[in-house]
Amino acid sequence: MIHNPSFQTLMHSLTRRDVLKVVVGTGLTFLLPSLEGKAVEKRGAERPKSLITLWMGGGPSQLETWDPHPQSSVASGVRAIPTRLPGLEIAELFPRTAEQIHHLSVIRSMVSKEGDHERGTYYVQTGYRPDPTVVHPAMTAVISKWLNNDELEIPQHVALASGDGFVVPRGGYLGAEHDAFRIYDPGNNIHNMRPRVDDERQSRRLEGLEVLSRQFRQGRPGQVRETMHEQMIQRALTMMSSDQLKAFEIDSETEETKKKYGDSRFGRGCLVARRLVEQGVRAIQVTLQGFDTHANNLEGHRSQAEILDPAFSALIEDLVERDLLDSTIVLCIGEFGRTPWLNPLDGRDHWPVGFSCVVGGGGLRSGLVIGETSPDRAFEEKEKRVTESSPPKDPVSVPDLYATILTQMGVDPTEEIFTPIGRPIRLSEGSPLTRLVPNLA
Amino acid sequence: MKKLAYLGPIAVVLGVVFITSAATKAPVRVLEMVAPEQVNDDLQAAVAEVDGHLRRRWEDVGLIPSKSTDELTVLRRLSLALHGTIPSLEEIRLFEQDTRADRLLHWTAGMLEDPRFFDYFAERLARSFVGVEQGQFLLFRRDRFLHWLSEELKSHTPYDEIVRQMITGEGVWTGEGEVNFLTSGYADGEFDPNKLAARSVRAFLGQRIDCAQCHDHPFDHWKQSEFEGLAAHFGKISINPLAGVFDNPKETFTVEDRLTLEEREVSPEVPFSPEWQGETKASRERLANWITHTDNQRFERAIANRVWGLLFGTPYVMHRPVDDLPDPDPETDDLLDILGRDFRAHGCDLRRLIQVIAASDVYRLSSANPLDDGADESAQQLELARDRWAVFPLIRLRPEQVIGAMLQANNVHTIDQNSHLITRTLRFFRERDFVDEFGDPGVDELQERSGTIPQALLRMNGKFAGELTEANPFGAPGRINLSASTPEKVIETAYLMTLTRRPQEEEVAFFREWIDTEQRAKGIEDLFWTLFNSPEFSWNH
Repeated sequence: MIHNPSFQTLMHSLTRRDVLKVVVGTGLTFLLPSLEGKAVEKRGAERPKSLITLWMGGGPSQLETWDPHPQSSVASGVRAIPTRLPGLEIAELFPRTAEQIHHLSVIRSMVSKEGDHERGTYYVQTGYRPDPTVVHPAMTAVISKWLNNDELEIPQHVALASGDGFVVPRGGYLGAEHDAFRIYDPGNNIHNMRPRVDDERQSRRLEGLEVLSRQFRQGRPGQVRETMHEQMIQRALTMMSSDQLKAFEIDSETEETKKKYGDSRFGRGCLVARRLVEQGVRAIQVTLQGFDTHANNLEGHRSQAEILDPAFSALIEDLVERDLLDSTIVLCIGEFGRTPWLNPLDGRDHWPVGFSCVVGGGGLRSGLVIGETSPDRAFEEKEKRVTESSPPKDPVSVPDLYATILTQMGVDPTEEIFTPIGRPIRLSEGSPLTRLVPNLA
Repeated sequence: MKKLAYLGPIAVVLGVVFITSAATKAPVRVLEMVAPEQVNDDLQAAVAEVDGHLRRRWEDVGLIPSKSTDELTVLRRLSLALHGTIPSLEEIRLFEQDTRADRLLHWTAGMLEDPRFFDYFAERLARSFVGVEQGQFLLFRRDRFLHWLSEELKSHTPYDEIVRQMITGEGVWTGEGEVNFLTSGYADGEFDPNKLAARSVRAFLGQRIDCAQCHDHPFDHWKQSEFEGLAAHFGKISINPLAGVFDNPKETFTVEDRLTLEEREVSPEVPFSPEWQGETKASRERLANWITHTDNQRFERAIANRVWGLLFGTPYVMHRPVDDLPDPDPETDDLLDILGRDFRAHGCDLRRLIQVIAASDVYRLSSANPLDDGADESAQQLELARDRWAVFPLIRLRPEQVIGAMLQANNVHTIDQNSHLITRTLRFFRERDFVDEFGDPGVDELQERSGTIPQALLRMNGKFAGELTEANPFGAPGRINLSASTPEKVIETAYLMTLTRRPQEEEVAFFREWIDTEQRAKGIEDLFWTLFNSPEFSWNH
């Protein structure tokens, strides 16, 4: 594709520079004095920003969450309750979130073109539709790279309570080192973080490793150095012995706090997410699977809400109490919504045109309700292809949402980066929603 | 009595497992099965041409290539490339007993008839043909596709015929495995001919025309209209639950014009050499004729580059994706032309292509080279040597190779279809879980990528690392512990099982005291752990 030789040289040098950057980065991590204390103490809007995405795997129903339409002719029976935000009503399944949601904003008009779980997840996590020529990085990966925190010895990008493989946010063309670090069961174990043997054996194992590495370096020292094998082990060891690992533990939290978040993988994930933000992690995803309610939609959402409602509300409440919400964007979203009408199994199917998300914090405007859907009209157009049915009022695309978040976090969404094959791609192809970003309005 | 009540059902289950596994266990293999008596003896000319070409490229710039490496290292490379694992101790012993001068040729031929090759290579090739996604629910069955491809490899179907079957397939995807190539074009319940056109050109012709789907290709010559013309070949595909996939003459292929936003009909066209399409009227058959036509050099260049990539870990045309080759140069032959010509002349025989590459000098070069002295001054020269294949590249093992090698190293015997059912089942699940956690690079598995910290943590502290180094009576560390071997013998065995080589004196000297103690089992566990975590284990060299 790249015929111009000088272009190719440029690409080469870029890769090397990247390698160098990592090496230098590594060095710095070791040499710099720990500033972690100060970072933890800093509060309010001054604090560097973080993003917590609450990933609603399977595609939650907008009607049983943030966009109930109890008066609609196709209503399923869920009632709406008022919230602390005048005029905003949400599904009755979320009484505790109703007490906190005024700190955030609701978008009821998200639109996507992907109605398949895997493709939809890719689109909503990256802001780009799947493309066989390139793998895009998830927005959380972009943020963890651009807002890289040099003081961290633990991963910059973390996926908590991760589900299916494709739900874990990836680094894509930014490289596998930007894939999210997965914690399957937050608060209960830190994956692969403890040596399997005592200190004495561990240290002799590492000595043995050096003997083997020395042998392997013979005749190929430069190439072995380039593999960065030893650096990776070194950095892994640093992480294993780092005090910052405590951010993954919840033992020191009070019983009351733990109870507030709920004793579920997702609940503990939200609590750990808060702790990671305090430690200075910039990009975190917490996953709640199980929204794919093709049958018995209401029942399914009722049990999901029993997990989501305490965890989500506790997270917001905690962030507010600890003066962290001004520096932490929280986004609650899934790969799509669900059909406004019920199918014969009392379920709802995939619905990418007009679904809801909740977003706020990090200095974004709060208390806004953007967009409006019409289940009745959607039902009238039932025979049409989903992607051809009328869009909701004031539609918001995923790229627009991400351009908004990036802008608010101080990253220019129009910045272009070259993929490994030399193709320039913008961080996001959307435009920020000026209503949400105070500095743009 | 009550306490023992559960023993009955357990005994039944164990009995069934024992009987079924005993029944499926084939007789023990012998040396002849591993390495046949007869090998292709007409490889010489082709190998000489490959060697000559590369030697000239080295001489042109005054490069001295690496020395040849030892045969066990080559056996390790072959095993990783063709079976996704390292040689078992059993195989190493058999290999060393083999006294034939050209034993590597015999072994390569033998490995190509091993079911591990059919399955492993089918998966590698399938990634370029249908990707790694599970695809459209009910309409796509990746397992059926894999099974079909594995069977075709087993029965020596020529590669052009394999490709032809995929493009022209008809029928039900659960029965006809190849039809899944076509149904992989379904997404969101709709069939997308563009997806198949893009994939065909990438997988079969080694070029990326996808970008031309939306605009004329910025660097290459592909035009949007050419892409649409190719996609139109798949435009008549229809599907019904009884007949499966078939071409419906009433279907037309339309695209939305990006300027006028109007739908316009596009008829099947090829970007060049329309005469290759043949006389037939059926559009997919015409496309298959064109893609596989003997004059379509892109076809053999693409597979030569891919097979090279699978053998070395990185494609012949370095620093570019395996399916993004430059256009063939009509003036000069490069190595892909040489390999491709021989491939064509021998009936598009994949085994032949693999054997020619594996028998060439370059495949036996050492990854150590005097130019690599760690000094900055020689870095540029080393880079040149690597670009011209004067040194065997150091390539990170893919995740399935890492776990495949770890599992094999935990067994004295070869894990293959002769293995115990439990061993194979365990291998299947462990491999799947490990690859998932390690991170599957998917269709881009031949692209260079760096290791990650989570991978290092997984290798050091993960469940598999724990299980596979544990000195229990079921795994190699435990068995070695129970054997009456001397410490030297223990260390040598562990090295052979993990690194396919014998330890150096200083290595024995270092590790000896781990083994020569009361705590021998712990010493062996630590030794296996250390070997598994060494760069030598994780990097093909």
